[in-house]
Amino acid sequence: MIDYDILLNKSVKDIKPSGIRKFFDIAETMDDVVSLGVGEPDFPTPWNIRHAGIRSLEQSKTRYTSNKGLDLLRVEISNYMKRKYSLSYAPDSDVLVTVGGSEAIDMCIRAIISDGDEVIIPQPSYVCYEPITRLSGGVPVIIETKAENEFKVTAEELTSKITPRTKMLILPYPCNPTGAIMEREDLEKIAEVLKNTNILVLSDEIYSELTFGGKKHVSIASIDGMAERTVVVNGFSKSFSMTGWRLGFACGPKELIKHITKIHQYAIMCAPTTSQFAAIEALKNCDEAVNNMLEEYDARRRIIVKGFNDLGLTCREPKGAFYAFPSIQSTGMTSDEFCEKLLISKRVAIVPGTAFGQGGEGFVRASYCYSVAHISEALKRIGEFLKEIKG
Amino acid sequence: MNKKILGLLNKNARYTVDELATMTGLTADTVCEEIKCLEQAGLIRGYKAVIDWEKLDTAYVSALIELKVTPKAALGFEEVAERITKYNEVESVYLMSGGYDLCVIVKGKTFQQVAMFVAKELSTIDSVISTATHFVLRRYKEMDVELLGTSTDDRGTLSL
Repeated sequence: MIDYDILLNKSVKDIKPSGIRKFFDIAETMDDVVSLGVGEPDFPTPWNIRHAGIRSLEQSKTRYTSNKGLDLLRVEISNYMKRKYSLSYAPDSDVLVTVGGSEAIDMCIRAIISDGDEVIIPQPSYVCYEPITRLSGGVPVIIETKAENEFKVTAEELTSKITPRTKMLILPYPCNPTGAIMEREDLEKIAEVLKNTNILVLSDEIYSELTFGGKKHVSIASIDGMAERTVVVNGFSKSFSMTGWRLGFACGPKELIKHITKIHQYAIMCAPTTSQFAAIEALKNCDEAVNNMLEEYDARRRIIVKGFNDLGLTCREPKGAFYAFPSIQSTGMTSDEFCEKLLISKRVAIVPGTAFGQGGEGFVRASYCYSVAHISEALKRIGEFLKEIKG
Repeated sequence: MNKKILGLLNKNARYTVDELATMTGLTADTVCEEIKCLEQAGLIRGYKAVIDWEKLDTAYVSALIELKVTPKAALGFEEVAERITKYNEVESVYLMSGGYDLCVIVKGKTFQQVAMFVAKELSTIDSVISTATHFVLRRYKEMDVELLGTSTDDRGTLSL
């Protein structure tokens, strides 16, 4: 008999199945759930983007593109990064088109990290950085960001985690699940810590278009001296409501992009061609559509934040992404307990903060990628739940 | 005038004052005041549900009528247009560019009823030169709302 245990890569075996999976499975079996649980937009992809994809299919654009992506798309990405974030990337050498931001993160970590290298990861944050680091033999070093610091990474926290083995800092802002953003002055302090080191920043900016209250996203790569030590990852999923198209990109120094592209070339070939044609349209002609979605998110954001605070669940104002991250500490329950009981008794699905790292204990993530009526119904049920547990 | 409130009401006229206040960052009193102003200034003319009549047993037909009209010297098309707006059967009246002058949307219970209204009422108006009646066979989208099928959330319940 074949022994799969011997067969399997040890690093893969050591990746623990996510504890949250069980909870997700329970939720999926229920058909009357009011969910605030998903991490993707509810808007359909703007029609002109879809149409550009369809047109490319009609014109038989169904072959591989060059490994790094269509020339025209890389030119548009370069223009976009300049126009939006004042970043200068040469389309030919500094831009790689990937299968979602996720692939860009994977490729970048793989290109940099090997046995024993340390990667500093702020948490609560999206769940992919830690396992990908481990697959490369790297050692995740966690910074637990604090509510009192608005879940930002501080220079002191960063300094205390740096060792001679540190190779990379992940900077996931605007942040899923906390809704935190890092502003220019916050980033300048981080840059100050990093400037004389050999540490690379992997800046995951997938939510960069979703910032509120007139605060525009600032990329750490735009801070003096940081462009040479930063790979910026971004993509189309969240800004343009294109999750299923699987398209993202990495921008960075050509000496790194060259090597990252090698892995991409052998592992992936190229990102989906139809999606690449659609993405050109997204970057050229969708400022208004993106702005309309942003306004709608902002209205929902205000409703959900006020809703949680009115219920006595302290909720800071999220400044980015599309999640509220209220504290449930006043209930005396753990995040897991709270979410499970809420699901069972009131059929409302939200995600325990601990799904995003131990630092998420005491918090829950509620997505506001839902209509106002839907959000209001969920809040009403959460209110009933709170009343019942108080007895 | 508060365009943000207008924009929100245009999407959903049933938002409550409290919801509108939260969404715009204004106080509930201010929102009430703004809406009253918008109504008094005639910017907001009414609030109606978007109804898919095909889902109902009630007979409902509508037609788009093209009218060619002789304009009056001083009043142009205003006089005849205003007269036409008075009929209960008439849902909308527009002055058009192109091959005809007035576009009139007429509703009724049966094709026959609408046809008779056009023949007896619209075409007998003095300045009306000709009419052409186009019946609506099916509605696919009404006031920004798609009527085909029902959109379901295919995103699942939870994802990270």
